[in-house]
Amino acid sequence: MLPGGKRWIIGGPYLWLLIFFLLPFIFVLKISFAEAELAIPPYSSMFDWTEEALNIKVSFANYIWLTGDELYVVAYWNSIKMAFFSTLFCLLLGYPMAYAIAKAPPHLQTTWLLLVLLPSWTSFLIRVYAWMGLLKNNGIINGVLMWAGITDEPIQMLNTNFAVYVGIVYSYLPFMVLPLYANLVKHDATLIEAAYDLGARKWGSFFKITLPLSKNGIIAGSMLVFIPVVGEYVIPELLGGTESIMIGKVLWQEFFNNRDWPVASALATIMIGILIIPIALFHRYQNKESQS
Amino acid sequence: MAIAAGARKNQKVNEAEHETLLSIRNITKYYDEALAVDNVSLDIRKGEIFALLGASGSGKSTLLRMLAGFEQPTQGHILLDGVDITRLPPYQRTINMMFQSYALFPHMTVEQNLAFGLKQDKLPKDEIRERVERMLKLVHMEKYARRKPHQLSGGQRQRVALARSLAKQPKLLLLDEPMGALDKKLRTEMQLEVVDILENVGVTCVMVTHDQEEAMTMADRIAIMDEGYIQQVGSPVDVYESPTSRMVAEFIGSVNIFEGTIRDDEEDHMTLNCPDLDALIYIGHGVSSGIDERSMLFALRPEKTVMTVEKPDQEFNWSEGKVHDIAYLGGHTVYYVELPSGKIIQCFLANTVRRAERPTWEDSVYIHWAVDSGVVLRS
Amino acid sequence: MIDSTAAGKRISLSNGIFWLGIFFLYAPMLVLIVYSFNESRLVTVWSGWSVKWYAELFNDQQLMSAVLRSLEIAFYSASAAVVLGLLASIVIVRFHRFRGRTLFSGMITAPLVMPDVIIGLSMLLLFVAMAQFVGWPAERGLLTVWIAHTTFCLAYSTVVISSRLREMDQSLEEAALDLGATPVRAFLKVTLPIISPAVLSAWLLSFTLSLDDVVIASFVTGPGATTLPIEVFSSVRLGVTPKINALATIIIALVSLAAFGSWYFTKKLEQSRQMH
Repeated sequence: MLPGGKRWIIGGPYLWLLIFFLLPFIFVLKISFAEAELAIPPYSSMFDWTEEALNIKVSFANYIWLTGDELYVVAYWNSIKMAFFSTLFCLLLGYPMAYAIAKAPPHLQTTWLLLVLLPSWTSFLIRVYAWMGLLKNNGIINGVLMWAGITDEPIQMLNTNFAVYVGIVYSYLPFMVLPLYANLVKHDATLIEAAYDLGARKWGSFFKITLPLSKNGIIAGSMLVFIPVVGEYVIPELLGGTESIMIGKVLWQEFFNNRDWPVASALATIMIGILIIPIALFHRYQNKESQS
Repeated sequence: MAIAAGARKNQKVNEAEHETLLSIRNITKYYDEALAVDNVSLDIRKGEIFALLGASGSGKSTLLRMLAGFEQPTQGHILLDGVDITRLPPYQRTINMMFQSYALFPHMTVEQNLAFGLKQDKLPKDEIRERVERMLKLVHMEKYARRKPHQLSGGQRQRVALARSLAKQPKLLLLDEPMGALDKKLRTEMQLEVVDILENVGVTCVMVTHDQEEAMTMADRIAIMDEGYIQQVGSPVDVYESPTSRMVAEFIGSVNIFEGTIRDDEEDHMTLNCPDLDALIYIGHGVSSGIDERSMLFALRPEKTVMTVEKPDQEFNWSEGKVHDIAYLGGHTVYYVELPSGKIIQCFLANTVRRAERPTWEDSVYIHWAVDSGVVLRS
Repeated sequence: MIDSTAAGKRISLSNGIFWLGIFFLYAPMLVLIVYSFNESRLVTVWSGWSVKWYAELFNDQQLMSAVLRSLEIAFYSASAAVVLGLLASIVIVRFHRFRGRTLFSGMITAPLVMPDVIIGLSMLLLFVAMAQFVGWPAERGLLTVWIAHTTFCLAYSTVVISSRLREMDQSLEEAALDLGATPVRAFLKVTLPIISPAVLSAWLLSFTLSLDDVVIASFVTGPGATTLPIEVFSSVRLGVTPKINALATIIIALVSLAAFGSWYFTKKLEQSRQMH
C-alpha cells in the first residue's frame, strides 16, 4: 500500500472509533462529577465563566452518594456474583457442547455449530420473552409439574434469581461455545494418543492435556459472557424480581426514571472501573488466539 | 557404510539366539471396505531394531498403530512376550511410542513431559525424579530440563520425545517416522545417535519409515510393505542384494531390469536371451523352473554395471550403447546409457579421480557386468 | 482418529450434553411458535388453532412502521459497519507498525464485551454535548441510532472479516501486484472476491445485531424514531401477549430460512469443490 493510502485506510475507522467510542467515555467521566439540575441537559456544567475567570466545578457528591448507599453496593455485588455464576453455568454446559462439536466427524461440525449459533441470530428480546411464558406461575413448566403430581401449587419461578440465571445462560451460551470450539478444534489429536500411550486413561488425559490446552478458549469465552452480563439490563428487568437488583437495571432507572444523569454516569464510571481488568484480559487472549 | 553396519548388527542379533518378543499373527485390517493391512505375520526378536519400510498408504503406519493399541485389527492376534494384547487399550500396554510429530505436551516443561508416564504409574516421587534425571542424561538434555517444547530445536525435541517414550522402560518401543520432522543434514546425525541410545538401553524397537536410507542405517532387519502386504523380510544386505521381487528391487535403490526368456537352465548356470542386449545374460546358478515359466526378469544394480569405451573381452553379459544423459552428483556420476533397442539403463561411476576424462553425451560406450552381479526374479 | 473403544464413553457423554443443550436452546422457541397459533388470549391455555394474532399483528400500524424503521436502520448500519470493518481489518492484519496501534486494537475488541447500558449512556452524552457545542446532531432520531449501531457493529464485522483476511494467502495479492495491478486494483480484484463470504456474513451479523438492539437504541433515540425492539420491549414488560408470539414466530421463521439457505448453499459449494 502507498504511504498516503495507508494514512487514509487507518484514518477512517480510527477517527470513527475515537469520536464515537472513546470520546463518549470522557463525557461520562466528566458528567459523573457534575450535579443534577432541572435543565436541558439535566446537569451542571463543569466549566463556568463568572467574574471573568474560569471556574472549574468538580463534585464528588455522586461518588460519595453511591458508596454510602447500601442499595448501590448491593447492586454491584449482586451483578458480579450473578455474572460469575452464570459464566460458570455457561462453561459447565458449553464446554461439553464445544467438545462434542470439535470431536464430531468433520462433515458434521459446521452443521452442529450452526445449530448452536442459530438461536442467537433470532431476536435476543424474543428469546428472553419465551422464558417468561415458560416460567410463569400458570406457565408451561408449572403446568407440567402439577400435571405430573410433583407439586400441588405452582412454584414461583418468574421474577426470581433462578429465572435470571436461566435467561442469562440461555442467551449467552453460544458466546461460550464459539471460542471454546475454535480452540478445541485446533488441538492435535496425537497429544491425546501420546497420553494414552504413556498410560493415562480418558479422564486423566482430558484433565492433564485437553483442559490445560484449552485455557485461552476458556478465558475468552468466560470474558465474553462475564463482562456484558455484569451490565445486563433486559434479562433482570423481564425475568428478575425485586431480589435481582443488578447494576444495569439501577443505571437504567437512575437515567430514565429519576433523570439523574450525573449519578447514572458515576454508576457507569465505576462499572467500567470494575470491568477494565476483565476487558484487558479478554483483549489479550483474543489477540493471542487470533495470532496462534 | 550402511551395508557394513547391517552386517555388524546381524551378528549381534545372532548372539541373542533369536528369542521372539513380539509375535504378529495373521493381522488383517479393513477400513470400511478398504483393505489396509493384508494378513501380516511377523516375529520381532528381543533386542533388535526392526523397520517397516514402505511408501505412504502401504499399511505400515496402520500396523504400527495396531501395535500401540490405537487401532483394532479386523482379524488376527498380537502377542507380546507370549501374552495376547490384541484387545488391550494403549494405556495398559507395556509398549511406548515416539510420534512422528513428537506429540510433546506444549504446556509442560521437558521434565514434566518425561515424568508424565511415570506419574500415570503412580511411582514414588523420588523414583520419578531419579528416572527423569537418568533419561535427561541419556539424551544429553540436562541443561534443558525446565524449557518448554517450543523453546527447543527440532533435534532437541526429538531427543525429549525419545527419552519420554523410554522413561517407562517399555518392553517394546515404537518409532513412527523418527526422522520425518528433521531436515536432511540433521537426519543422518540423529540416525546414528538414536541407534546408539537404543543399543545403550537395549530396548526392542519397531520403526516405521518411508526412507530406505534411514531403514538401512538404523535397522537390523527390514520388512518391505506394499499395499498392506509384506513383500520381503531380511537384513539390509538381504533386501538390497537379494531382492525376491521386482517391487522390492525397484523400491530399494535404483535398478536396471531386463526381461528375458530362458535359453539354457542347468544346475550350475543358466542363460537368458534378452532382446535389449547384444549378448546373452549368463547367471552362475540354475533356477530349475517349470516348463511354463520361460520368461524371467534380471535385476542389475547400477553400481555393478560397468561402462567402458572399449569393447569388453567376454562372451556374455554385455551390450553396446550410447550416452544419453549424465548426472554428476559429486561422489559418483550417473550415466544414462541408451541401448540399441531404445531402452535406457543407469550406470554409476565412482569419481575416484578429480576431473578425469570421461565419456560425454552421444559417445558410443559398452556396458558389461560380472557373472554374479545380478539377480534373477520370477516376478 | 482416536479409536472408539479407547474414548467411546467420554465422547458419548459430551454428545449427550450437546443434544441436551440443543434441546434447551430450541424448546422455548418451539413452545413460542406453537402458542402463536393459539386462539385464546390467555397465552397458556390452549383453545384451538387460529391465525387471528397474525392478522392483528399486521393491522398494528405502530408496530409495522417500527418494523420498517428498524429494517432501514439495520440496513444502513450494517453497510457502514462493513465498509469501516473492512478498512479496520486491513489495518489490524496488514499494518503492524503505526502510532496508536494498541489503542486501535483495544477500541476494536472493547465494544464486543462492553455492556449495552454503558455504550448507550456514553453515546447519548456525546450526542448531547455535540448538540450543545457544535449544534450537530440537532435532534436525536434515526441518525443517532444509526451512528450508535454502526459503532458497535463495526467491532463485530472487524472480527469476522479480519479472521478471514488473516487466513488468506497474501502471495495472491502480491502476484497481482507483480503482474502490474495497482494496490487498490489488486485489493478489489483479488483480495475482496476471496474474502467476500466473510464480508457477507459480517454484513448479516451486523444487520441482525442492529435489528436486535433495544438498550442502546433506547438511550440514543428521539421522538418519532421508535425501533421495533423498543416497541416489543415496552409491550413485553407488561406481560406475555399472543401478538408478540406471532411476531416472534415470523422472526424465527425468517432467520431459520436464511440460515438454512446459507447452510444449503455452503454445503453445495463444498460438494462441488470436492468433485473438481
